[in-house]
Amino acid sequence: MRPILRRLVASTAATGALVLAGCSAPSTPDGSSGGTTLVVATSDEPDALNPVLNYGVDGASLIFDGLVARAADNRLVAGLATDLPLLSADGRTVTAKLRDGVQFHDGTVLSAQDVVFTYQAVLDPKVDSTLRSDLDMVESVTAPDPATVVFRLRYPYAPFLQRLTLGIVPAKLLSGQDINTAGFNRKPVGTGPYRVDSWTPGDRLVLTANERYFGGRPANDRLVVAFVADDNVRAQRMRAGEFDAAELPPKLASVFDTDTAYQVQRVPTADYRGVMLPSGNPVLADPAVRRALNLAVDRSAMVSGILGGAGEPAFGPIPPTSEFAEPSIIGKPTADTAAAGALLDAAGWTPGPGGVRVKDGRTARFTLMYPASDTLRKDLALAVTADAKKIGIEVTPAGLTWDAIDPRMKSDALLMGYGTPYDPDFVSYKLFGSRFAGQGYFNPGSYRSEVVDRALQDGRDQYDPARRKAAYARFQQQLATDVPWLFLTYLRHTYVLKASVQGVTPRVEAHEHGVANSIWWNIDTWTRS
Amino acid sequence: MEHRHLDPLVTRSRRLAGAGAVVRRRLLVAVPVLLATSIGMFALGAASPIDPAKQYAGAAAFTTSEENLAQIRANWGVDDPLPVQYLRWIGNLVQGDLGWSTSRHEPVASVLAARAGWTLLLIGVALALVLAGSLLLGSLAAYRRGGLFDRALRTAAYAVQSMPVFWLGLAAIAVFALALGWLPAGGLTDVAATGTSWSDVAWHLILPVGVLAVSQAPWFVLFVRDAVAESLRDDHVLAARARGLPGRIVLFGHALRTALLPFLTLVGTHLPELVGGAVLVETVFSLPGLGAVTVAAALGSDFPLLAAITLVTTAVVLAANLATDLAYAAADPRVRLDD
Repeated sequence: MRPILRRLVASTAATGALVLAGCSAPSTPDGSSGGTTLVVATSDEPDALNPVLNYGVDGASLIFDGLVARAADNRLVAGLATDLPLLSADGRTVTAKLRDGVQFHDGTVLSAQDVVFTYQAVLDPKVDSTLRSDLDMVESVTAPDPATVVFRLRYPYAPFLQRLTLGIVPAKLLSGQDINTAGFNRKPVGTGPYRVDSWTPGDRLVLTANERYFGGRPANDRLVVAFVADDNVRAQRMRAGEFDAAELPPKLASVFDTDTAYQVQRVPTADYRGVMLPSGNPVLADPAVRRALNLAVDRSAMVSGILGGAGEPAFGPIPPTSEFAEPSIIGKPTADTAAAGALLDAAGWTPGPGGVRVKDGRTARFTLMYPASDTLRKDLALAVTADAKKIGIEVTPAGLTWDAIDPRMKSDALLMGYGTPYDPDFVSYKLFGSRFAGQGYFNPGSYRSEVVDRALQDGRDQYDPARRKAAYARFQQQLATDVPWLFLTYLRHTYVLKASVQGVTPRVEAHEHGVANSIWWNIDTWTRS
Repeated sequence: MEHRHLDPLVTRSRRLAGAGAVVRRRLLVAVPVLLATSIGMFALGAASPIDPAKQYAGAAAFTTSEENLAQIRANWGVDDPLPVQYLRWIGNLVQGDLGWSTSRHEPVASVLAARAGWTLLLIGVALALVLAGSLLLGSLAAYRRGGLFDRALRTAAYAVQSMPVFWLGLAAIAVFALALGWLPAGGLTDVAATGTSWSDVAWHLILPVGVLAVSQAPWFVLFVRDAVAESLRDDHVLAARARGLPGRIVLFGHALRTALLPFLTLVGTHLPELVGGAVLVETVFSLPGLGAVTVAAALGSDFPLLAAITLVTTAVVLAANLATDLAYAAADPRVRLDD
């Protein structure tokens, strides 16, 4: 036995030494040539880096620029255009003048033809762009001269300038090609602060500073976006010091609160969670039930308990941070069980067996669906279930896949999430307009209100800011009366950054946030002390 | 025991005499198997209610009109009848075109090219480690059955067997990357590295390969231990011992060799589980292998990508089974390939 053991030990040691020798060059961080490299981690990887295919269209793509951009308060500022584009008196012609001498990463000079090409590509039915229906109003895009772009609209559309954040692609590299399959989608060329160095799918995207960026050379040389889908793994690697910044769920982020080596940012958003109450459900069709539920849910408990404080109570689809938010719709953040009960009593819903209310032989019960993989929505659904029980309404939570949810949205309640800070028209027009009743995800509960329809139409037809504000005030008040949705909370998106990172300027975020529209929207100006 | 005294080279070549015919026959069977697998793939996909265009749109599905989505489906041809889609896919496959991945928005061939290598590397190295480690440790435990090492090894094996791979991975990161700081916590290369150097990749693969190997090892270790312990009581082993041969020759030359045959079968049947473990390990260590992309393809009804991955996996398993059989024949004189 002895010789065996000795041999074993020797061979094991030899193998170990070999393994170590093979890897004796432990990663030397900062392989770059002296400059700063910033590393950020996100969960979602884009499937293409082309604005035409919906990459970074909200004005922070890092690789591309739109005619207009958004400042820290989300207000529009000039981007590739010299000023905010001009509107004609009839509201149907928009003219943009381009900056002089802007160059794409490959050195070609930006011209109006590139802008025309970009928008026409989105409108081309052969291109798999999910942005096309957002640009329904565009009749034509033309370039009367190399520095001028003219949009002709089918109908006046007040928030049109908001759509001009779309990144501009170089026509020369893409014309005549199948945009769906072009190599450009993986190795794009834009005008933005960063150019694409390499993209290893599933691993990371490496960007380098664009020396000729018209907005000034980025303060750092390289930017690495690591794709780490799992939340726990992202938190562990952040803890191991691999990232300068990472997006983390509130509970995982709060662990970093007490560590002075890190800063935790809780960014306000327009990202709401709410329960869609379908009018096709016999119980939920009664406005008294909907209003009672609206009074009975304890929003502040949801914010402090489920969101760990990273959120705000929600009372409507327009976030409190928006200039269009209507203060009168804001109710009590805590539950008012007494008022809710009184409302149900008055409407004839009397307590039946087991404490569940009954009216005309119908029991006050409904199913609340949520996407099973989303733990946040599950927690909120359970909270709603518990709150409803206190006023004698029985809710059955059901965790399902979207495919199982889709066919049931007309009759069963659903925990939804969406929202955008940019313009109230973007989401609400389709979500609450009668015209879109029962059409897929648009208005799945088939909510119908003439007042809301008119208000939403006014909001998009009229350019006068005061009139728009009045229209959206009417819209929000009517929603608060009808309660087609039970708005619960606005989330805060949470990010953990190294304390040494400077220049972080959070801005109100939309539902979607990833490589191109997170806290790193202005990462080209970040520095590390 | 007679054949053991024959010239090993002569017997081995004689034993593998029928190998060519076996390979040919297996290939003939493989084609219908692969066809059936791919048809099954498409049929299952067609039964799934998932709309690939909605998956592709993601959150934009909430603002994208039905016409817009219908146009995208038409561009992809995913609403065509199943036989049409299948024949189109097969036709392209014959011409060497694996099709277009709707979930990754790039050719299926480039998805596979970019990722399959990493998964194969992970599985290959882990399998080699498992085999070497389990043969060595299992034999040693069997040699001193009931001893301290044997009991410790078995306890460890049962303990590891009950730990999910996912948990094992996170624990390894917590210990080796966070607490001790010896190894990187994830990724294929240093996250800020300028290129993909082999040493950097090897350095980053130590933990994932180790975790995958450890998670798969218990089965093999326990099997080798029992089989060797069993064969140590065989006549020829006892005879060899009686002749006064040194312990290591008896253990590795006689007992382990007898135990090796069923072990080969075990390797073959265990391969799919290794693939499954690799998928989870890839997730924990954020490695760009086939794991995450397979899940995304399944969720997004990305038939072309799913079919390609299924075909590749099936082909690997078929090839592994064939290799196991050939190895079996080479190792066991009683097995003849040409019958």
